Amino acid sequence: MPSFVITEKCDGCKAQDKTACQYICPHDLMALDREKMKAYNQEPEQCWECFNCVKICPQQAIEVRGYSDFVPLGSSTIPMRGTDSIMWTIKFRNGVLKRFKFPIRTTVEGSVDPYAGKPAPDWSTLKQPGLFTAPARKE
Amino acid sequence: MEKETCTFSYCHRSGAVAMGLSAINTYVGENKVEDYVRYVRNDLMGIIREDLVYDLGRHVDDSVELFEEWGLPIWKKGDDGFSLDGFQAAEAGKKSLKDGGTPVRSGKWQIMINGESYKVVVAEAAKKALQTNREKTGMAQNHFERVFIVKAVKDTNGKNVAAAIGFSTRENKIYSFKAKAMICATAGAVNCFRPRSVGEGMGRTWYPVFSCGSGYAFGMQAGAELSLMENRFVPARFKDGYGPVGAWFLFFKAKATDSYGNDYCADKEYFDDAVARYGDYAKGLGTAIRNHLMMRAMKDGRGPILMQTPSAMAALGAAFKEKLGDKEGAKKMKHLEAEAWEDFLDMAIGQASLWASKNIEPDKSVSEIMPTEPYLLGSHAGCAGFWVSGPGDIAGTPDHYSWGYNRMSTVPGLFMAGDVVGASGHKFSSGSHAEGRMAAKAAISFILDNASYTPSPKMSLDEIAAELYLPFEIYEKHKTYTTEPGVNPNYIGPKALQARLMKIADEYFGGVATWYMTSKTMLEEGLRLLEMLKEDAGKMAASNLHELLRCFENYHRILSVEAHARHILFREESRYPGYYYRGDYNKIDDANWKCFTNSRYDAENNTWELKKVPYVKMVS
Repeated sequence: MPSFVITEKCDGCKAQDKTACQYICPHDLMALDREKMKAYNQEPEQCWECFNCVKICPQQAIEVRGYSDFVPLGSSTIPMRGTDSIMWTIKFRNGVLKRFKFPIRTTVEGSVDPYAGKPAPDWSTLKQPGLFTAPARKE
Repeated sequence: MEKETCTFSYCHRSGAVAMGLSAINTYVGENKVEDYVRYVRNDLMGIIREDLVYDLGRHVDDSVELFEEWGLPIWKKGDDGFSLDGFQAAEAGKKSLKDGGTPVRSGKWQIMINGESYKVVVAEAAKKALQTNREKTGMAQNHFERVFIVKAVKDTNGKNVAAAIGFSTRENKIYSFKAKAMICATAGAVNCFRPRSVGEGMGRTWYPVFSCGSGYAFGMQAGAELSLMENRFVPARFKDGYGPVGAWFLFFKAKATDSYGNDYCADKEYFDDAVARYGDYAKGLGTAIRNHLMMRAMKDGRGPILMQTPSAMAALGAAFKEKLGDKEGAKKMKHLEAEAWEDFLDMAIGQASLWASKNIEPDKSVSEIMPTEPYLLGSHAGCAGFWVSGPGDIAGTPDHYSWGYNRMSTVPGLFMAGDVVGASGHKFSSGSHAEGRMAAKAAISFILDNASYTPSPKMSLDEIAAELYLPFEIYEKHKTYTTEPGVNPNYIGPKALQARLMKIADEYFGGVATWYMTSKTMLEEGLRLLEMLKEDAGKMAASNLHELLRCFENYHRILSVEAHARHILFREESRYPGYYYRGDYNKIDDANWKCFTNSRYDAENNTWELKKVPYVKMVS
């Protein structure tokens, strides 16, 4: 079932209003069983395997088991997303291990200011081509 | 000026780029905007709105340069001519794009990025802009997440669009957003046709599984005119995992062959036949034609079709060693292997998992590629969407291309951007972002020019609540009639709606079941069945908010597919071989069909009008 939650590791985000995985899933798939206080993927056949729940889970309780239609068992793909880069550990079915680290952003999270150093919009050019940060190209 | 933004999910990880991306496919840079128009026209078989495409091309680079400023790592060319990732480029003191830095081009228009957090970075800027807007206007809330917009409501004046209505997927709350102008900027439609994987793998769509045609349904229900809705995209991708092939073809210079190692695009019999049917369009070897030639080989039993990754990597490895020596060359090779994996891990992680599960290392084993199920969209290599006004200032613009406000549909106040704009594909992520900004400017003009207009939606809040929550009412009324609520003759659930739609689309409208083949008789029978499904959608039932969401998503898919099928029926030729075929008109017929095909759906009376609209060549 594409993303799955490891029973022992999930703490239901300690009874917050929403679990981290519910918060992040773009397709409204993650649900919380309030009796067990454990999260689960309620519609595995709608899972895109975007790994956003895996990346965000504070307990590292979520992993992905490849689609049962076409993915043989035995491999795993585990991300560890930091503030500026992401580490991937990929285990092959035959045991081969690969590790990769890629940049994810060059600025500090939360530091983006879309108006810093930009001119104020010029209302007199509203109906002309161009955007307030740059004119349209002319050739 | 106050503005409101509504996204269905948490915006840092919503939309087509929720998983990330490994390339930005539209950056004009050192190229000419006119050449961009020519490239898009060739790939979309000769019929595009050249004013819209030109306008996009002259604005898009600013968005890409802003992404980099906000923190998106963009690869740069190193002094040795090879690639540096976003961090290496910064360490080597490479300039940003804005300051003249040289990106790593995978193709003429594409640049490589480290895009795992592409959406996170861009959404952060958007949220900051909304925060600024709140501070300036004193508005308490201008950003609504987890609200699903069901449809547009017209104004009592019978002309404008006055409100967007929807519901929260988290609490029992109905929304009616009244607005003088609104911008529809959703994705296209996915999982309308039965996919190749029908179990869990149904979720592993090439385009995001959560794109359900809401933008098409929104405009259609407001009566906006559609254009080229017969167009679709059938991407040839790594089989099952649907990992991207662009970098493999363009950046790693890999060849795709049949199982005997032959280049199927160079097969004389296939190519001559394609030219005989589809004329000079076949010679352009656009995306559709390459699909067509691949399928010819598959139908002749020459599959599986293979991406020859080992030979491509060996050639690159040899080039590294020759230029850099054994030691540095081997290091570069290691970097290249990481680049190959990153291409998947940044945007189609399931493909990386599939390689690992099948013990595929790209330098050692070839990988299978295959055409997918059809997708409806207007920003990638497709152009299905709405007929919108162009900017009007571009030389040679005919009168029928422009009615005052850039990117406004034929409904006053309803603007479009990205996937839902018709006849102007190949915008991709960067172009869609730029188009949203262009549409926003025009929408502000519209609001200022219509200062005295006050939206007055035709529906009252009670009527809206009754319509949006009807599936709850139906479920509660009938659920105890059977011992298992999933099987009940009084209603239809969301999964059944989707399964029926997929079967009709696949079998009658040219899905994978018929090798994308359809005809007048097939379309007419499929439309008859679709009409019954549409009627049955009046009995949609939902037991909770999640199911209510799925019900309306599938209703949006039904409307999108109906528009698609009616357009295919209207256009009596096969304009997009490799995407779909009309068996009864299996050729391109420029004499009669080198034109736009536009339609308008009248939701109140459930009727359609279709017409031809002249195409005008603006760029030589």
